[in-house]
Amino acid sequence: MDSFLVRAITGGVLLALVCGPFGTFIVWRRMAFFGDTLAHAALLGVAVGLLFGIDVRFGMIVTCLMAALLLALGQRQSKLGSDTVLGMLAHSTLALGMVALAFVQGVAVDIMAYLFGDILAINTTDLWLLGLGGGAAVTALVWMWRPLLALTVSPEIAAVEGVKVEWLRVVFMLLMALVIGIAIKIVGVLLITALLIVPAASARFFSRTPEQMAIGAALFGVAAVLAGIALSWHIDSPAGPSIVISAAGLFLISSAIAPVFRRLARISG
Amino acid sequence: MTVPLIEGQELSLSFGGEAVLDNVSLAISAGEIITLIGPNGAGKSTLVKALLGLQAVERGVITRKPGLRVGYVPQKLAIDRVLPMTVKRFLNLTHHASLSDRVDALKQVGASAVLNSQIGDLSGGETQRVMLARALLRKPDLLVLDEPTQGVDVAGQADLYRLIETIRRDQGCAVLMISHDLHLVMAKTDKVVCFNRHVCCSGLPETVRQHPEYRSLFGYQAADAIGIYHHEHDLSGQVVGGCGHDHGHNHSHGDTNHTTKNMVNQVGQGDKVKEHFHG
Repeated sequence: MDSFLVRAITGGVLLALVCGPFGTFIVWRRMAFFGDTLAHAALLGVAVGLLFGIDVRFGMIVTCLMAALLLALGQRQSKLGSDTVLGMLAHSTLALGMVALAFVQGVAVDIMAYLFGDILAINTTDLWLLGLGGGAAVTALVWMWRPLLALTVSPEIAAVEGVKVEWLRVVFMLLMALVIGIAIKIVGVLLITALLIVPAASARFFSRTPEQMAIGAALFGVAAVLAGIALSWHIDSPAGPSIVISAAGLFLISSAIAPVFRRLARISG
Repeated sequence: MTVPLIEGQELSLSFGGEAVLDNVSLAISAGEIITLIGPNGAGKSTLVKALLGLQAVERGVITRKPGLRVGYVPQKLAIDRVLPMTVKRFLNLTHHASLSDRVDALKQVGASAVLNSQIGDLSGGETQRVMLARALLRKPDLLVLDEPTQGVDVAGQADLYRLIETIRRDQGCAVLMISHDLHLVMAKTDKVVCFNRHVCCSGLPETVRQHPEYRSLFGYQAADAIGIYHHEHDLSGQVVGGCGHDHGHNHSHGDTNHTTKNMVNQVGQGDKVKEHFHG
């Protein structure tokens, strides 16, 4: 197998394993739009990175973290609905990023690669970033799993029973920003949310506990990445969108077989 | 007298210029059952949240006994169906308990059958029992129940009240309970606190219902209809008078001042009464 393909598959699988548990929390906590906003802001990070001559990946991660912090702190003071605030931030940062990129002199920027990802161009540094950054994010998520789940079920129960609710909210937002900042290289600004929420949605059909759903989401994500790369290989389609299409296809199949699965589960249970 | 588990002193809070808590003082001692009653919008939940530290107050002091363990049963659970959750898993929400402890807790509340059910599939009464079981697993010093009988039919309400009394007897925990439901205030309540942004009156259920402020809030019919079933205690309980500050009407027995007179015909119209009350 070609080495770039091995790198693509490794990177894609790693990313899917990270996105699974995070995606379930995004679905449960209804934060899909929040994730989308962070991803859009990452394009500004590309421009910042190029303008100041720092690593673009670093620029994206830092911009995502800054946007998350801004939203976490600004959330309570706002008189506007959170969808309005997120929408404004998402599209103005995307626009600002595009405008800033137009002013970057002498560098040919492949904007499409940032919007839709370029999994086949993954290099070893990207893999290290994915493995270490993603691994750290998942470790942190596992560590705060129980309190974060309690917070999701009932912030009041969680608070009364000693969970540091506000702190946990902010930490989760920052972890999400880290994951999104890392993931953009593979599926791009416009598609990362799909990789987070679609496998989680598919896993819902087959889960009875939160933990089952998180593991299921990781597995559905891995399947989508493999199917997407295969599709891209055989019909020469763009890899990022192919992965998302595969994820959506798996969701449709899941929704079709879910009633049968439930009946079988009831018989055996 | 031992130190109270939680004590709020002269708590005040307003939302948008309107007082929700008006100089409220309330203490909960170990092992006692307190029922907080009052019309919708009286600020009962706000008071409880303030005592638990979920809601900041503008003035006043809240003292919680160090190391106090609270089992909190909220009004309802907002568990979305997108979050799969069995009862078995839910009982481990904030703290780990062994499976046999969880089974015992469900047995104690009479909900053994739902161990493997999804939370989202439970009825109102089952959800209350499961939330109660979860709170009990923490071995609380104080059990806080926000409208535990909401969405539960009358027979189920009687069961639930009996269950709460049994739990208090077996575990010795204090119970703070909110109710807007005037017809079934349990006899085993040590103290009923009639609340409408301030403590109107408090004491044994039997005595509170004779109190003019209680009657002004809920009307004479409600006072007579109040269901106090299975009462074993004697009737010598003293009504603890008012809240020690002046809010334009008299708290003493037998006195029907103008406020009270205007209210008595508005039977059961809690919300309407409230508007006039501080007007």
